[in-house]
Amino acid sequence: MLHDLSLDVRAGELLGLLGPSGSGKTTLLRVIAGLDAPDRGRILFGGDDATGLPVQERAVGFVFQHYALFKHMSVADNIAYGLNARRRADRPEKAEIKRRVGDLLDLIRLSGFGDRYPSQLSGGQRQRVALARALAVEPRVLLLDEPFGALDAQVRKDLRRWLREIHDRTGQTTIFVTHDQDEALELSDRVAVLDRGRLEQVGTPDEVQENPSSVTVLKFLGDSIEVEALADGGRVRVRGRETPVRAPDGAIGPVRLYVRPWQLQLVDLDAAHLSGVVRSSYRSQGRQRIEVEEAGGRVLAVEDFDGARYAPGHPVGLRINGGYVFA
Amino acid sequence: MSEIFSPVSVPAAAAPATGEGPGVRALLIGIAVVFLGLFLVLPLFAVFAQAFSRGIDAYLDAFREPDAWSAIRLTLTVAAIAVPFNLVFGIAASWSIAKFEFPGKSLLITLIDLPFSVSPVVSGLIYVLLFGSQGLFGGWLQAHGIQILFALPGIVLATIFVTFPFVARELIPLMQEQGSSEEEAALTLGASGLHAFWTVTLPNIRWGLLYSVLLCNARAMGEFGAVSVVSGHIRGLTNTIPLHVEILYNEYNFVAAFAVASLLAALALVTLVLKSVLEWRYAGDLAGGRAH
Repeated sequence: MLHDLSLDVRAGELLGLLGPSGSGKTTLLRVIAGLDAPDRGRILFGGDDATGLPVQERAVGFVFQHYALFKHMSVADNIAYGLNARRRADRPEKAEIKRRVGDLLDLIRLSGFGDRYPSQLSGGQRQRVALARALAVEPRVLLLDEPFGALDAQVRKDLRRWLREIHDRTGQTTIFVTHDQDEALELSDRVAVLDRGRLEQVGTPDEVQENPSSVTVLKFLGDSIEVEALADGGRVRVRGRETPVRAPDGAIGPVRLYVRPWQLQLVDLDAAHLSGVVRSSYRSQGRQRIEVEEAGGRVLAVEDFDGARYAPGHPVGLRINGGYVFA
Repeated sequence: MSEIFSPVSVPAAAAPATGEGPGVRALLIGIAVVFLGLFLVLPLFAVFAQAFSRGIDAYLDAFREPDAWSAIRLTLTVAAIAVPFNLVFGIAASWSIAKFEFPGKSLLITLIDLPFSVSPVVSGLIYVLLFGSQGLFGGWLQAHGIQILFALPGIVLATIFVTFPFVARELIPLMQEQGSSEEEAALTLGASGLHAFWTVTLPNIRWGLLYSVLLCNARAMGEFGAVSVVSGHIRGLTNTIPLHVEILYNEYNFVAAFAVASLLAALALVTLVLKSVLEWRYAGDLAGGRAH
């Protein structure tokens, strides 16, 4: 599942592990937690080798996609579980445990919910309890496996913002797994993109979006179209017309140019790199998305808002304002 | 509160598409009730009727006999050993089947079901073949003065064999359904495996466990065939309640036979009631969410 992968997580950062399903991101998280054992390789926590440590001694906080709350325990008992499970010598006093549970309930904005049972909570509330339970043991690293995967869109959005706030307040080193690009790009300090068990790229959300290291990363981060282009030292040309995209050093001859929908602009046919007829168009949240069908039958998605309306069948030209070429 | 919706008229007793006419319905229900009465209620009633046919004194006489008491004692002893054994085995087997992947897993599941598909007589004969004087280990056991057949160990072994599947059968689907993420959560929170088992696994399966122990116990106390083969029918020594009933019956001592049999019938009724209570109260915590 995982191949020769080296990932350095910085103390205090919020790192998003992003990848399609089956890319190995959950496996990586479970290996870090000690729930799965790697065939080879090492896990280091701040310089200490944790590879041989059993899961109990790794001091990780793990939050599962489907909460995994203890059904038969109250919310307060769930949160206190890790503290109560400690050996007597390391266990805080009862009053201290109670105080900490209270603080955590405040943190997850569920004060007064301590006596409820998980079945009496909504999905979003359950996941907050799961987070509090993981934080209660003061883990070295907090690991979240698709934490918002089972929640509906509105709750996801709220929880995302809330998780970011909690992270900023506690400075807890956190790794979370997601297959949702928006989620990873919105939340993370840095994003690690995984594909088929390999680490494709690590960087800030801006870095991976501006300079995707491979076609895989580019495609995974959003829609794009592929255009035949020609590199001759300077800028890349499409159908004889220059584009603003620079070819990588030394690339001479035919190259593939990848263009995002918002890097295409509707223009007059005589200034266009590409052309076709409008197939459909719709507007949503201040953006206009137009599908343009090329002569060959290929459909190009364009995001350009010039206020004009385009009837289906209307011939249009497209100008390429940006794009990516890989060596 | 103001009326928002005008009341919608529903045709009275609207027959659903799959519904039968009232005549067919009455006929089907009638057949079911008559059969239930003939084959289940009447025999049960007959047991108690026979037991009390000569009055309460004759009934109690059956229990004044020392042989009856020794049969009751033996049955309780056998159940007290066999049920906990199968409890432990059942938890261990379902844990390993539900939470691990290993070669031979489906074979193990099939094997656990074996006692259900094999005739109890065969189950008993297995032990005669193994431990009888002509059996595989017979000579060795005799040489060391160990008595298994026609004694408590043989009866316990046969009972364990017959009641093997009850606990495992109930717990395997239950544990598979629950998965292991709660246990994993407990481990990441620093709990030892044993602590996680006591605080997370066991509470999650407790009702299913109780349910299966109940059925296992009823079967352990009532088993006749397998025990009959290995017991040797020694009065006052190796007779369990079902065997004692048979002996009394063969001696035409009907009142005593049915009096003792009424104990087993009462056990069955109590089991049935407890089982129904569990199914009604904790349907969601039993395998497959049994709700009858």
